[in-house]
Amino acid sequence: MKHIQVNSEKVTAKSERLSDLLIELGYADAVVATAVNGDFVTQGNRANIQINDGDRIEVLAPMQGG
Amino acid sequence: MMKNSFNDSSAKRDFYGVQLETPFMLGTAQYPSPAILAKAFEQSKASVATVSLRREASGDKAGQDFWRLIQQLNVHVLPNTAGCHTVKEAVTTAHMAREVFGTSWIKLEVIGEEDTLQPDVFGLVEAARILSEDGFQVFPYTTEDLVVADRLVNAGCRVLMPWGAPIGSGMGLNNIFGLRALRAHFPDIPLVVDAGLGLPSQAAQAMELGMDAVLLNTAVSKAGDPAMMAEAFANAIRAGQLAVKADPMVPRDMASPSTPILGKAFLD
Repeated sequence: MKHIQVNSEKVTAKSERLSDLLIELGYADAVVATAVNGDFVTQGNRANIQINDGDRIEVLAPMQGG
Repeated sequence: MMKNSFNDSSAKRDFYGVQLETPFMLGTAQYPSPAILAKAFEQSKASVATVSLRREASGDKAGQDFWRLIQQLNVHVLPNTAGCHTVKEAVTTAHMAREVFGTSWIKLEVIGEEDTLQPDVFGLVEAARILSEDGFQVFPYTTEDLVVADRLVNAGCRVLMPWGAPIGSGMGLNNIFGLRALRAHFPDIPLVVDAGLGLPSQAAQAMELGMDAVLLNTAVSKAGDPAMMAEAFANAIRAGQLAVKADPMVPRDMASPSTPILGKAFLD
């Protein structure tokens, strides 16, 4: 199991890859953008990104803005 | 007078190859409800909607619902980097926004001071250069500073968005001379007054100064009747646009009688 942070919340997850992690966390069908440890990860590259203990994951969705 | 520096803003300006139907860019934040947001956009006839990216819990569908609503508005989408205080934050957010919203347009904000939300113009120029080189079409939220504007243009920006006043303040145009000078120095760069407008008359004034568009949010979303206020802004923006096209008179210090003197009776 991996002990990580997702949007600053502590999460324990079993996924090895970012693409699998999003499915595990319930974002499978959501329009979101992702970053790992402050670096943007494209949708196409999520399957290549290994999840490690202590990783900080950001999952961002469309929101109101001015 | 700088009358001759006024552009004919009734001619549609090119925003990175896009000619907007109306020179009105409207924010999507702080409306009482999604239905009122949609009604306000309908009444505003705005051509552009600004949007953002925020964290969303997996069970929360608000972001997904919001995005569906925006897609139904039939407007151009301008994502922002609101809340970013560093170049890295802003650049990373811009990349994330490009993927989610499917546009290279980015309203670039690098905030430098909390009380006024004044842009960090040094970080702004650096972020604008990085993003422009990476294919982004940058709409930089900046001040009216001419030197900063020049640096932004050199960094690749083909639109400038000077503030009218601090974000959300509703103070109107704080530096009319500065905006007029900006217009005169950059006659070929589309200028958008972004932030600080509170009343439709201030939007009309911005257009009368020769601005190519206005961007606002709070003045509409926080009005008692956002849809009605959106319509009021639309009419004011149109009025300012027409005023420039109509070639305004040159103000003068002394009175000049409008009624002809010739033929006046001598009644003493």
